[in-house]
Amino acid sequence: MKYVEEFRDPKAAKGVLAAIAQVTNEIGATREKPVHIMEICGGHTHAIFRYGLDKLTPEGIEFIHGPGCPVCVLPMSRVDECVELAERPEVIFTTFGDAMRVPGTRKSLMQAKADGADIRMVYSPLDALELARRNPDREVVFFGLGFETTTPSTALSIQQAAAEGLTNFTVFCNHITVPPPIKALLDDPHMVLDGFVGPGHVSMVIGIHPYDFIARDYGKPIVVAGFEPLDLLQSVLMVLEQIRDGRAEVENQYARIVPDNGNPVSIAAIDEVYEARPSFEWRGLGEIDASGLRIRPKYAAFDAEEKFGIGYGGGQIRSVQEPDGCACGQVMTGRIKPVACPQFGTGCTPEMPLGALMVSSEGACAAYYQYGGARSPEPAE
Amino acid sequence: MCLGIPGQIVEITDPARLMAMADVSGVRREVNIACIADGPLESLIGEWALIHVGFAMSRIDEDEAAKTLEALRGLGEAQETLEAMAAGDAALEGRA
Ligand code: SF4
Repeated sequence: MKYVEEFRDPKAAKGVLAAIAQVTNEIGATREKPVHIMEICGGHTHAIFRYGLDKLTPEGIEFIHGPGCPVCVLPMSRVDECVELAERPEVIFTTFGDAMRVPGTRKSLMQAKADGADIRMVYSPLDALELARRNPDREVVFFGLGFETTTPSTALSIQQAAAEGLTNFTVFCNHITVPPPIKALLDDPHMVLDGFVGPGHVSMVIGIHPYDFIARDYGKPIVVAGFEPLDLLQSVLMVLEQIRDGRAEVENQYARIVPDNGNPVSIAAIDEVYEARPSFEWRGLGEIDASGLRIRPKYAAFDAEEKFGIGYGGGQIRSVQEPDGCACGQVMTGRIKPVACPQFGTGCTPEMPLGALMVSSEGACAAYYQYGGARSPEPAE
Repeated sequence: MCLGIPGQIVEITDPARLMAMADVSGVRREVNIACIADGPLESLIGEWALIHVGFAMSRIDEDEAAKTLEALRGLGEAQETLEAMAAGDAALEGRA
């Protein structure tokens, strides 16, 4: 129990861990026949490795790392389009720093910047708005990336730009949504999933009801969780108890932050500005129905796809092959562990990522690399 | 990018655009408060909120703010967010 001392409340953690061991026993889960619990959110993946939860919990529990890291599921073709936009002389391309090192087929945004493209890392789409105000002779494009947690911010920024009548601000919208990939994974006959730990901050925006289908149609438990280690352990326990009792429900462990119905202002802004695309490509998972958002025609003036004729809206949907020897797709779907990828730690490291799962600290490969893999002898710290 | 960071609203800076100054771990940053503005704006002063990429998304109490900040520090995310804020400031000046 190497890490328990680090917990805010080590005694409580020990209590929950004992309960987890007990319920795992009651279920009869063993290392050979484990229960598979997917944590959907990359923040949870990071926390699981950081605190060694995968090692503290019984061997009968197998964590499957879900697709909840927006940088990790970004296909190379989208990165290529970003680079193409950024290399236009009139464009100031603005992005969250996380996206800078994601490899494209030609180059990453980092390399494009080194080659002279005007690319600026911003903290918020509000910074991009301000850049547009200050640079009326330039085109400011914001790379809209992320799940429902960041979607309201770009929706509200577009509304603000419209209210001000800005004509040099657009969003390259690559927002994605959490429920559709979960459905796709549940429909995948190769996937074995017994329950889910649901994302906390995404749910703060959308509430817990978008997950109803998981319990109702697929008979699987899901517990929305906070990202403190104790939150995660409690949520795992709640999932296990549901499995033991033969229940399948949507439960909310993070009710202190997550209202069951989400945040009404955010939901309204998202609905007003965005609509679902027929389908959207996910790195490692392929095209998934209704899993990405696009800007509604009403706000077409703020849509970089429309303005620059690029991406899905520009009609040039491209899909490109992943680099040779990269196993991102298999890791993404939980078929293999990161260490089983031939590139892991050699051709692919956080400094020089080959695959996107190595780029962000929320990616499963980067988390393995940083903290040591599941059940490996000693974490690399 | 996905995890919010707690900040305390210290001043309403632009009521029309629903902007306020927040204190995030000692760093002052202007944030949008549309998602938490369900009453008079002035009543938000002194309140804590979870801030995502410049938008206050959810009101939290002080104790929750402290706990969340500690969890973020443990994950190294607090520092990352503060650095991203600084990078954003630099980008406005054309320095990054
Ligand atoms: S080690 Fe790199 S190439 Fe291999 S699966 Fe992970 S991110 Fe992809």
